[in-house]
Amino acid sequence: MEGTTLTTTETVLAVEGLKKVYNEGTQAAFTAIQSVSFTVQRGEFVCIVGPSGAGKTTLLRALAGLAAPTDGTVTFEGAKLDGVPAKLGLVFQDYSRSLYPWLTNGRNVGAPLAARGIPKSERTARVREALEAVGLGGVEKKYPWELSGGMQQRVAIARSLSYRPDLLLMDEPFASVDAQTRFDLEDLVLRVRRDLGITVVLVTHDIDEAIYLSDRIVVLSGNPSVVKEVVDVPLGSERTQTATRSSEEFLALRNHLLSLVMPARV
Amino acid sequence: MSRLVTSSLSVTRPARRTRGGTVVLRRVLTAVWLPIVLLAVWWFASANSTSPFFQPLQLILSQTWDQWVTQGAWTNAVASVRNLLIGYAAGGILGIAFGSLLWRSLRLRQAANPIVYFLYVLPAPALLPAMIAIFGIGPMRQIALITFGAIWPTLLNALDGMRGIDSVKFDTAKVLRIGGWRRYFTIVLPGAAPQIAAGLRASLTVSIILMVVSEMVASNAGIGFFILQAQASFAIIKMWTGILVLAILGTVLNYIFVVVEHAVLRWYYRSRALGS
Repeated sequence: MEGTTLTTTETVLAVEGLKKVYNEGTQAAFTAIQSVSFTVQRGEFVCIVGPSGAGKTTLLRALAGLAAPTDGTVTFEGAKLDGVPAKLGLVFQDYSRSLYPWLTNGRNVGAPLAARGIPKSERTARVREALEAVGLGGVEKKYPWELSGGMQQRVAIARSLSYRPDLLLMDEPFASVDAQTRFDLEDLVLRVRRDLGITVVLVTHDIDEAIYLSDRIVVLSGNPSVVKEVVDVPLGSERTQTATRSSEEFLALRNHLLSLVMPARV
Repeated sequence: MSRLVTSSLSVTRPARRTRGGTVVLRRVLTAVWLPIVLLAVWWFASANSTSPFFQPLQLILSQTWDQWVTQGAWTNAVASVRNLLIGYAAGGILGIAFGSLLWRSLRLRQAANPIVYFLYVLPAPALLPAMIAIFGIGPMRQIALITFGAIWPTLLNALDGMRGIDSVKFDTAKVLRIGGWRRYFTIVLPGAAPQIAAGLRASLTVSIILMVVSEMVASNAGIGFFILQAQASFAIIKMWTGILVLAILGTVLNYIFVVVEHAVLRWYYRSRALGS
């Protein structure tokens, strides 16, 4: 359950026939996810895209172990998911809702470490290390609401990294910041992922963002969602906002994904 | 709840953080000019009064000093404040504790809901005869009455505040593996703290009222006892000195409350001032 047994398999996350029905068996029954299957290998960056209302957040909550699926299984590091695994990080869309405004940034980032019984002396060092990994130095004594939106989301990311998870889930993490900050944070996540060798699954409705970040993209159909296609993104590991986004491959992928996400509209 | 909250002194509203001497001076003047004018009017209008019910303010003030400091009536104030603080502290702690229990358990909440509201709307002074029957005459039943009255505003506000915490905060806690008592002290209590403070403030007002009321029935000490006894022996000035002491006590306690609240909830008032 804790995922403490290190498996030799390279598959970090396996989703099989996942189905989610709300209010099952009642008049108000609503199928958010029909059937979704995919796997994520260690070190991969996978984005999940789909039109709004495709149950993306529902899917992510099921992957995190916050919501039990109606049918199907989620396997994390070889163990069937039963609650939130210890080696999993989750960054929510809205930092103002996920950060604790009554705790300083240092204590926000240190909270999961304290919960894991890590002594205070070691905690301080690891909090600083996590904040520096996201480009924030010297904000430990400040409160989240004293920082800009982009910086607050960095604190939330640092908090998720502080306990060194094997898998980082992100739910539209850049939807609440302005365009410039968004580019900065995208590059930050790519850099962090490379530095720490972490596996990332990110949910977004932004196709360009998905292509820019991903190794693979899981495209969901509208409601109730199924996996339409899994698209490989062979753009290499060195990516820059200007060059990558204007490359031939990028534009070809973009056209392909647009046709998948909004078919038969024009 | 807001009914009780707004009934407390409005001069002690959260002040905006401003810097610079002139700004502070202007703020102080804005707050005190009316009381000063009213006191002056009272002072001069009553100066030559000969009515036994409308005595000169100067006389009341000098009598207050005589009665409460020189002649030792301050022991009444000590007895009152002791009962008040014990009863209020017990009521506040029990209110938060029961509020937390009701928040934790849906079944308990559903079962207790009618009882809580039934007891909440029951005017606490009506229980005074029962308290005398149970605890006899002495400080115990005064403390018990204050505690009983102080529980409800804090309990209901604590419950409401805890239920109002954003579910994302709890999802986050689950992912970060913050659970049990750690979750209670790191997320639940601080998250509900602003509303718990509003409840404690209302409980303080109720406690002061009950302190006076409980001293007016079958009692031999306290400010309420002093006021009633003075009135019964037609010592009108003496009665007014008791009321004055009571008003000063209430103001001081409210002021202390606000100072402590602003220190504890510094994050709350500062983040609100920043508009986030």
